[in-house]
Amino acid sequence: MIPLQYFLLLGAAMFCLGLYGALARRNAIAILIGIELMLNAVNINLVAFWRYIKPANPAFELAGQVFALFVITLAAAEAGIGLALVIAIYRSRDTVNVEDVNLMKW
Amino acid sequence: MTADQFLTNVVFFLLAAVALVGAIFAVTLKNLVRSALGLILSFMAVAGIYFVLEAEFIAIVQVLIYVGAISILILFAIMLTRALMSGAESSNNSQWIGAAAIAALLFGALGAIVLGTNWHAAQNALKGDLIVKLGTELVTTYVLPFEAVSLLLLAALIGAFVIARE
Repeated sequence: MIPLQYFLLLGAAMFCLGLYGALARRNAIAILIGIELMLNAVNINLVAFWRYIKPANPAFELAGQVFALFVITLAAAEAGIGLALVIAIYRSRDTVNVEDVNLMKW
Repeated sequence: MTADQFLTNVVFFLLAAVALVGAIFAVTLKNLVRSALGLILSFMAVAGIYFVLEAEFIAIVQVLIYVGAISILILFAIMLTRALMSGAESSNNSQWIGAAAIAALLFGALGAIVLGTNWHAAQNALKGDLIVKLGTELVTTYVLPFEAVSLLLLAALIGAFVIARE
């Protein structure tokens, strides 16, 4: 049996890589890639907790998997909207570099 | 340790290594198409991790939605914006050292918490057909969030269409 901690460490490592990608990259699509990695890391944690921790109320024994499904759905919605925004910005300003999109920056 | 457990461990470590290498490619490579391919590698390995955790339905959904839809969407967006960034300009912004430090600090903190906590964890016994149960629960116990998320997905797709239209 693989200890729960291994899955949590894998999730933490993937989350931190995604965080680095979202904070350090210039390109808006690369930032979205970082966010997708972070959502994936959270899903690993949710499914690992579902497998290893028994809920107090047996009616919620599948809650971890259901949560993971909702997170996947939200990730799909986020990717759709985010990439549509990137394409719209590229059309009007001819760039996807987030440093050049500073019209509303104070 | 029996042969079965040994094999499970080997599979887990292989998949975890592939997932992390793919993630490193995805956040460091300069050419965005390669970065997206690293992301696909990472998604596939995570689907394998779900199989190790015996969450077959989530694994299949991961392959369908992440590998099949989101990755293709990202690749299309990269091609539509010609944002390959293969020139001399760095793909990182000026704060990348701070970002790396924050990510490393967060990993250290999370790792300390994970290893320092007593989780009272033991693999739950899986009984019955979980996929049938999951389908039933989605339209009984979780019917309100299920409907809300379907409405949100519809709104997001219409919004994406309106925003990206010429």
